Amino acid sequence: MTASPNLMSNLLTILIFLPLAGAFALFFLPKENGRAIKHFTLLVTLVEFLLSIPVLTNFDGATAAMQFTQKFAWIPQFGISYNVGVDGISLWLLMLTTFIMPIAVLSTYAAIEKHVKEFMIFMLLLEVGMVGVFLAIDLFLFYIFWELVLIPMYFLIGVWGGERRIYAAVKFFIYTFLGSVLMLVAILALYFYNYKVTGVYTTELSALYNLNIPVKMQFWMFLAFGLAFAFKVPMFPFHTWLPDAHVEAPTAGSVILAAVLLKMGTYGFLRLAMPLFPVATFDLMPFVTALAVIGIIYGALVAMVQKDIKKLVAYSSVSHLGFVMLGLFALNIEGIEGGILQMINHGISTGALFLGVGIIYERSHTRQIADFGGIAKIVPLFTLIFMIVTFSSIGLPGMNGFVGEFLIMLGAFKTSQTATVFAASGVILAAVYMLWMAQRVLFGKLTNAHKLHLTDMNLREIAYMAPLVLFIFWIGIYPQPFLRKMDASVNAFVVQIHAKRQAAIAATPAGETLLARYFDVRK
Amino acid sequence: MAPIPFDSSQVMQGISCIAPEAILVCTAIAVLMADLFMPEDGKASLPWISLAGVLAALGSVYALGSGRIVGFSGMIASDGFGMFFSVVVLSACALVLLMSTGWSERAGTQKGEFYSLILMSTTGMLIMAKGTDLMTIFLGLETLSIPIYVLVGFQRNRMTAIEGALKYFLLGAFGAAFMLYGMALIYAATGTTKIAVLVYMSVGGGMTGSPLFIAGIGLLLVGFAFKVSLAPFHMWTPDAYEGAPTLITAFMSAAVKAAAFAAFIRVALLLFPGVSAAVGPVLWVLAVLTMTVGNFSALGQNNVKRILAYSSIAHAGYILVGLVAGDLLGGQAALFYLLVYAFMNIGAFGVLMLISQKEDDGYDIHNLKGIGFKYPVLGALLTLFLVSLAGIPPTGGFIGKFYLFSAAVKNGYIWLAILGVLNSAASIYYYLRIVVYMYFMTPEGEVVTPHTPPMGYALALCACAAVVLVLGMIPSAVLTMAEQSVLSLLM
Repeated sequence: MTASPNLMSNLLTILIFLPLAGAFALFFLPKENGRAIKHFTLLVTLVEFLLSIPVLTNFDGATAAMQFTQKFAWIPQFGISYNVGVDGISLWLLMLTTFIMPIAVLSTYAAIEKHVKEFMIFMLLLEVGMVGVFLAIDLFLFYIFWELVLIPMYFLIGVWGGERRIYAAVKFFIYTFLGSVLMLVAILALYFYNYKVTGVYTTELSALYNLNIPVKMQFWMFLAFGLAFAFKVPMFPFHTWLPDAHVEAPTAGSVILAAVLLKMGTYGFLRLAMPLFPVATFDLMPFVTALAVIGIIYGALVAMVQKDIKKLVAYSSVSHLGFVMLGLFALNIEGIEGGILQMINHGISTGALFLGVGIIYERSHTRQIADFGGIAKIVPLFTLIFMIVTFSSIGLPGMNGFVGEFLIMLGAFKTSQTATVFAASGVILAAVYMLWMAQRVLFGKLTNAHKLHLTDMNLREIAYMAPLVLFIFWIGIYPQPFLRKMDASVNAFVVQIHAKRQAAIAATPAGETLLARYFDVRK
Repeated sequence: MAPIPFDSSQVMQGISCIAPEAILVCTAIAVLMADLFMPEDGKASLPWISLAGVLAALGSVYALGSGRIVGFSGMIASDGFGMFFSVVVLSACALVLLMSTGWSERAGTQKGEFYSLILMSTTGMLIMAKGTDLMTIFLGLETLSIPIYVLVGFQRNRMTAIEGALKYFLLGAFGAAFMLYGMALIYAATGTTKIAVLVYMSVGGGMTGSPLFIAGIGLLLVGFAFKVSLAPFHMWTPDAYEGAPTLITAFMSAAVKAAAFAAFIRVALLLFPGVSAAVGPVLWVLAVLTMTVGNFSALGQNNVKRILAYSSIAHAGYILVGLVAGDLLGGQAALFYLLVYAFMNIGAFGVLMLISQKEDDGYDIHNLKGIGFKYPVLGALLTLFLVSLAGIPPTGGFIGKFYLFSAAVKNGYIWLAILGVLNSAASIYYYLRIVVYMYFMTPEGEVVTPHTPPMGYALALCACAAVVLVLGMIPSAVLTMAEQSVLSLLM
C-alpha cells in the first residue's frame, strides 16, 4: 500500500475522530430506519478497521520510539498538547479495538431493536474514547479519553441492559469514576512536581518519563494511579462492579467491556503507572502479584459455582486479567509480552464467549446453565465454535490462550516461583469451570428443546465469529508476528525501568525497609 | 475638612466608569414606564426592551475595555476583573431574559416590575463586581439583594414562594448586617474602607496584631459566606431556590453567585494574604464543609430544583478551593469556573423549565421519566449540562474543576484536592440519577409534553450548550482572559 505521507501523518487523528464524525452523521439520520442505521455504523467501524491496517503494516517493529506521532498545542499556557502516537505496546490494543468494533456492531443486528440510533451513537462515541486512550501520549489527553469512555458505556448498560441494569450502570460509573478522580489529583501533583524540577509546564509523557521522582512521592502516586487502573482491570478486591455490569449489559456492551475496556486498566499500568513510578513499581510488586494471584484463583472458584453463563464468563475475566497483571508485574520481557498478548487473547476469547452466550440468549431468552443441556444435537455448528472458544479460553496448546499464559508463567517464574505455582492452579481451575459449563450446556441429555427455540448460527453470526476463530488459531500456532512488533518497545521498557530501579537502589542506604522508605519508620 | 475641589474631568471619568450601570438603571425605569402605558397584549415586548438594555450595557462594557478607569475618588473602578464579571453577569441576565420569552406568560411574571427588578438587581451586581471600596461593595450588595428578595416571592400565591422569600430575606439581612459590622470594625482598626489602602496596610502581615482588623475580616467573611451560600451559612438556599420562580432560581444561581463571588474574590485575593494565618484554615474548612454538605444533602432529594440548589452549594465549595489556593492560578480558576457555571446551570434550569408543567410538583424527578428518548434534543441538552456540572470531560465543567483542583495541588493543598475530587465522585450519583430517570426508566403513564420554546429561548439554550462544549474543548482563550483579569486585580 502506497499511502501519501499526508495521510500517514494524520492517520492516528483520523482514527480517533472518524467514529466521532460517524456518530455526528448518525444524529441526522432518521431514527425510523433501524437497519440503515446499523449498516451505516457497521460501515464506519469497518472503514475504521481498514484505516488501522496501514498503521500495522507501516509500523516499524525495530524501534521503541513512538510512531505516526502528531502534536498540536492545545492549551499552551499550561503546556497541554494534543499529542498522539503508537508504539509496540499500544499497537495491538489499537488493532484489537478497531477489529472488535465491527464484530460487536454486527452482533447487535438482531438483539437491539429499540432506540437503535442512540445505541449506535453511543457505540461510536465509545470507540472514540477507546482508540483515544491507546493513542494518547499526553497525560491530560489520556485522562480526557479515559473519562470519555464512561458515559457511552453507562448508557449502553443502563438503557439496553437487563433487569437490574440501572443498579449495574450506576455502580459501573461510580466505581470507575471514583478510581479515576484520585488519579487526577496524582496527575496534578506530578505536573507541578515536573514544573518545580524542570521549570516547564508540560503533560507530555515522554518528558515526564525522564523525571526522577522522590521515592516517597512515587509510592503515593503509584497508589493513586494504580487504584484507578485496578478498578478498571478489575483487580481483586476492586472487581465487584464487573459481574453486575457484564450480566446486565447487552451482548455488544459485554463484548466491548471485556475485550477493550478492561484492557484500558492493564494498559494504564503499562503506559503510566509502571514507567512513571519505577521504584514504587518494584517495591509494590509483591503486593500486586499477590492480588493478581488471589484474583486468578478467586475468580476461577467463583466462576465455578455460577448458575448464569454470562456471570461465569464475567468471573472468568477476573481470573484471566489476574494472569495479565501477573505477567506485567513480572517486569521482564517474557512476562510483559505475555501480558500484552494475553490482553489480546482475552479480548478475542472472552469477546467470543460473550457473543456465544448472546447467540443462544437471543433465541432462548435464558442464560441459566440449568435450562440447557444436550443442545449440541440441535446446534452442531454453534457447539463446534463454542467449544473452540472454550478451549482457547482454557489455554489449550495450539490456541491463543496457551501462548499468552505460557509466556506469563515463564516470566513470572523468574521473579516469583510461589506465585507462579499458585497461578498455575488457576489454569486447571479454568479447565474445570469452562468444561463443566460446556458439558452441562452443550452435551448430555437434551432436556428443554421445545422451550429453547434453538436454531443453529446464521450467516451473520458465522461472519462475526469466523474472524475470531481465525485469530484464536493464528496466535496459537504462529504468534511470532504479534510478538515481534512489540519486542523493541517492551525491551526498551524493561531496560529503562530496571535502570531506574538500579539508580534508586544505589542511592538508598543498605538494608532500608519499605516502612523506612515510605513512612519514615526506623528502628 | 477642606472642601473637595470640583474637577469636571474626574466626574466625567467617574460617570463613564459606571456607564453600564447607568444604562441598566435607565432601562429599568423605561421598562416600568412602558409597562404603565402598554396594552395587556403588548407585554410580550417587555423582555425584549430589557434585553436591548442589557446588550447596550454589554456593549458599553466592551467599549470601556479592560484598562483601569477609576471613578468617584476610588470608590469604583472599571478594570479587567470588573469587566470579566460584568460580562458573566450581563450574559447570565441576557440568557434569563431570553428564556423569559417562553416562560413569563404561563408563570404569571409578564409584568413590568418583574423585568425592572431583574435589571435593578443586575445593576447592583455590576457595582458589587467593580467596587474598590468596602462601602461600594456593600452598596452593590444591597442593590442586588433587595430586588432578589422580591423576585423570590414574586409568585405570591405559592406557599413555598412566600416561605423561601421570607427565609431568604431574614437570613440575607443577617448576612448583610454581619458584613457591615465587619466593615465597621475594619474601619475602626484602620481608618479607611478603601481596599487599596487596606492592602497597603495589611501586606506582609502588617495588621495581624490588630484583633479588631482580624474580627472585621472574619465578619466580612461570614457576610460573604451567607451570600455565596457556604455551609454552614447555606440554610436559606434550598428553600429560596425552590420557592423562587424557576427563572429567578436560574438567575440567582448564576448571576447573584457570580457577583457575590466577584467581590469575595477581590477581597480574598487582596486582603486575605495579609492575614492568611488566621483566615487560611477557616477557608479550608469552609470549602470542605460546603462541598460535602452540598453534595450529600443533594443525594436524597426528589425535587430537581432542590437537587440543583444543593448542587449549587457544593459548587460554591469547589470555587472556594480556588480561593484557598489564593494565588493567580486559583483566582483564574475560580473566574473560569463561575463563567462556565453560569452557562451550565442556566442551561440546566432552562431545559427543566420547558419540561415542568407547573412549579413545585412539576419539578418532581418522576416527571422526567421517558423524556430522554421521546424528546431527544431536550434530553441531550440536559444530559450535557448535568455531565458538565458533574465535571466529566469534554465539557467546560471538567476544565473548570481541573484548574480549581490544580490550583489547590500547586499550593500544597493535596488533601483539599483529594476531598474535592471525592466529593465530585459522590456528586455523580445525583446528577446521573436525573439521567437515569430521563433515559433508563419507563414512564407508568404518559410522558409529559414539554413546552415548545420560542426562538429566543431556543437560542439561549443553544448558546449555553455551545459555551459549555467550547470551553470544554478549547478553553485556552477564556483561560487567558481570566488570567489577565486576575492580574489586573493583583497589580
